[in-house]
Amino acid sequence: MTVRVQTADFDVTRELAALRGGDPRVGAVAAFIGTVRDVNDDASVRTMTLEHYPGMTEKALAAIVDDAKARWDILDAVVIHRVGELAPADQIVLVGVTSAHRGDAFAACEFIMDYLKTRAPFWKKESTPEGVRWVDARTSDDDAAARWSVAPRTKA
Amino acid sequence: MRGDPAETLTLVYLARLRDAFGASSERVVLPAKVTTAGELRVWLAARGGVWAAELAPGRTVRIAVNHDIAQPETPVRPGDEVALLPPVTGG
Repeated sequence: MTVRVQTADFDVTRELAALRGGDPRVGAVAAFIGTVRDVNDDASVRTMTLEHYPGMTEKALAAIVDDAKARWDILDAVVIHRVGELAPADQIVLVGVTSAHRGDAFAACEFIMDYLKTRAPFWKKESTPEGVRWVDARTSDDDAAARWSVAPRTKA
Repeated sequence: MRGDPAETLTLVYLARLRDAFGASSERVVLPAKVTTAGELRVWLAARGGVWAAELAPGRTVRIAVNHDIAQPETPVRPGDEVALLPPVTGG
């Protein structure tokens, strides 16, 4: 498992190659990349500043990956989340998962992302023409995370 | 308040709460009546002003004790690092 919080950008090709690591058991690689949009809540976004809680954030991300490993047959996972000032179109987050078959990789990748959005200590501050504002949490993110507790799929 | 780390508890304020409280952290000596995360929140809210507003019972504020999410009954002790977290918005 790889969990990193960093200001630098990441190279998706390189990170996924490292995740696969030449493991011949891998039959599926699912990846999600989150990027900065230029509009949020009807305001144009000039820059976005992400902050975290060093120590706790890495611990929370590792716990989410462990939870995914307990639910699905996955081989490995990588989570990289950027902090600091970002601009529209910049990459924010990478979640990559390997498994023998695609179903486990797809599901685990989406689960990790849904839990990251509702449980990992990150906060976004947007700079818009009207000023700087902290982004409010969305109930749709809570709903997305709650799906996984309704009918958790158990490993065979 | 400053003092011996063995007798004080470190409070950490994150994101919007740091801006509201005007500080990223402080050390406090807990009164004897404050032994849990829930009691700590009530004690801080009693400072009034922005503290009362941000920590009012209806406001969503999570408390982490030594980097783990706490429940109201989670114990807090001198030497702990206790963080106040607004709702998260990463990803």
